[in-house]
Amino acid sequence: MTTTTAQNPTPVGSGARTQYRAYAHPWWRRLLLTREAAVIALVVIVAMWAYSNVPYFGETDTLKYLLLDSTTILLIALPMTLVIVTGEIDLSVASVVGLSSATMGLLHEHGTGMALACVISLLVGVVCGAFNGFLVGYVGLPSLAVTIGTLALYRGIAVGLLGTTAVTDFPKDWTSKASEVIGSSGIPVVMVPFAVLAIVFVLLLHFTPFGRGVYDIGLSTEAATFSGVSAKRTKLVLFVLTGAVSALAGIYFTLRYGSARGDNANGLELQVIAAVLLGGVSIFGGRGRLPGVIAGVLLIGVLSSALRLQGVTVNVISIIIGLLLVVSVISTPVLARVSDLVARRRRARRASSVPQSVVPQ
Amino acid sequence: MRTITRRTAVFGATALTIALAVTGCSKASTGDSPSGSGTGGGSKNLNIVFIPKNLGNPYFDASDAGGKTAVEELGGKYSQVGPQTASPDAQVQYINTAAQQHASAIVISANDPKAIGDALTQAKESGTKVVTFDSDTDPQYRDIFVNQASPEGIAKAQVDGIAKQIGDKGEIAILSAAANATNQNAWIALMKKDLAADHPNVKLVDTVYGNDDDQTSFDKTAALLQTHPNLKGIISPTTVGVAAAARYLSTSDKKGKVALTGLGTPNQMKEYVKDGTVKEFYLWNPSDLGYLAAYAAAALADGSITGKEGDSFKAGKLGDYKVGANGEVLLGDPTAFNSSNIDQFNF
Repeated sequence: MTTTTAQNPTPVGSGARTQYRAYAHPWWRRLLLTREAAVIALVVIVAMWAYSNVPYFGETDTLKYLLLDSTTILLIALPMTLVIVTGEIDLSVASVVGLSSATMGLLHEHGTGMALACVISLLVGVVCGAFNGFLVGYVGLPSLAVTIGTLALYRGIAVGLLGTTAVTDFPKDWTSKASEVIGSSGIPVVMVPFAVLAIVFVLLLHFTPFGRGVYDIGLSTEAATFSGVSAKRTKLVLFVLTGAVSALAGIYFTLRYGSARGDNANGLELQVIAAVLLGGVSIFGGRGRLPGVIAGVLLIGVLSSALRLQGVTVNVISIIIGLLLVVSVISTPVLARVSDLVARRRRARRASSVPQSVVPQ
Repeated sequence: MRTITRRTAVFGATALTIALAVTGCSKASTGDSPSGSGTGGGSKNLNIVFIPKNLGNPYFDASDAGGKTAVEELGGKYSQVGPQTASPDAQVQYINTAAQQHASAIVISANDPKAIGDALTQAKESGTKVVTFDSDTDPQYRDIFVNQASPEGIAKAQVDGIAKQIGDKGEIAILSAAANATNQNAWIALMKKDLAADHPNVKLVDTVYGNDDDQTSFDKTAALLQTHPNLKGIISPTTVGVAAAARYLSTSDKKGKVALTGLGTPNQMKEYVKDGTVKEFYLWNPSDLGYLAAYAAAALADGSITGKEGDSFKAGKLGDYKVGANGEVLLGDPTAFNSSNIDQFNF
């Protein structure tokens, strides 16, 4: 495996020359020859191929629609990455999207101002996340079970709030902002808040003690606790962040489609998790980086956009993306096995040569 | 470790080389010139995209097959794309794609009357005509809505059908879906009006609600037959209800004695028509619906109509149609399905 994490000091070599695996190669090699870099390269390759081979892919509209369609997943993938790095999972995100959308619709219907409705919807997301985080962090229940439960719970409340009706009469100046583009670049305005959030999350995960703690919990909760990381608090914070960002995504979703429905974004959680895993995050925790995850979301977006323009039917697109995901997940243990095998063979060679020199003549 | 790294490096370099070789960084050609805002084009460049609520749905397979026939008659290019599940946001992606490809027209069954509106507006702005069928959007988002049947036509077909089957005399009951289903209640109100006006000797004694649930509808049918021993006929204007009622009747001693009709799909009702439980039931023909929608789309695309009230166009084997108020085109009366024609349908 070429992916290396700094907090995983595995000594290679032997005797006096102790070398940390993470620093065993020059910086450019550590930066470029990673799984994240591979996913980013794949995005570039697919985009270049589509640009020159798929009719209409080169138009600015493609970029606009691609980013607009991916925004919800991009947003939720940020906190989801942190949650999965700790070895937990949050399956309730799409239901929180639906609940915040329904809340916003209900409030708007009853005459609440848009700004206040957005704030309250965000708070609903925070509460949902805090409930998940409390059950996982402080009660110590498995996140898979907890969030399967809240997936149904939050969705049930969302559908209950609005029934089968949809609230659609949102003010035009709010809804048009959701799909507005910066100048003629084809980049939606909504990418600006996303970029800010992305930078915040990258700093949080990769450049703060809190972020180190996130990796430590994923590698070994016990060791992390003994080294002074509060697993409980960290998990609570992460689930609250996930809830809040999901609610934000719900507000965006509502404005983008101008329609608040309880069943909005049904099934989105699996798309988010698929993109996070495709981006190189280990489902067992402790490994993965945000740039890879963002590339993972974009890879799925670019690929399905190009295939749709080629007239490929949705089932085939699903098959291709599914296969890509399986291959990416399989590649990790396979590469690890191969690397292990090579290392063992080299050790064996060394072992068979060393004694001869030691044995006194 | 090193071997893998080297291998990765080799792989990376190869991939990059391939990418550069494959692309050469020139934009893909977009084929022939876009058909513009619909004034040009003509049947040579006709390109109609069907977007059903979701793929793999027998109803839409039937309607889109009708559309395909029509587009091929016109010498155009037909395609069917759509999401796996019936959700509005998934449909938006396919609308965007069709707009980017400068399709002449989109024929869509909307998953939400509003949520796909912006995408349709953008498609219209880039010169693509929009026809809705089966489920409409708000009128400002589309050029024409092809309506499968008017509520009056649906109510009248069922009332006249049951009256004919029971000799225009006796007690009947209605097995509906949910008690607050808007379309069901509109139909039931119209049926009551038709009964009073045209069939004074047919008496509606009860209306029960099966909630579009198979088991509930089945139980309600059983209860109906017990509480009203003189019942001569049942109308069930919902596909779930009529199939469940038929299933109950086919195994009860009332089979053949109590008439049953309603809105059903041929695949669900085939066995009950064959075993004599049901003589005749009704539904619009989805294949004709798709066929008509395709002709409407083609007429919009070649500029011969604009979708305003009073426009008329030719729809192949179905004859001439007129655009009504709100840009609606009505397919016509529901089709009656009975033992003579049921084998011709598969949806």
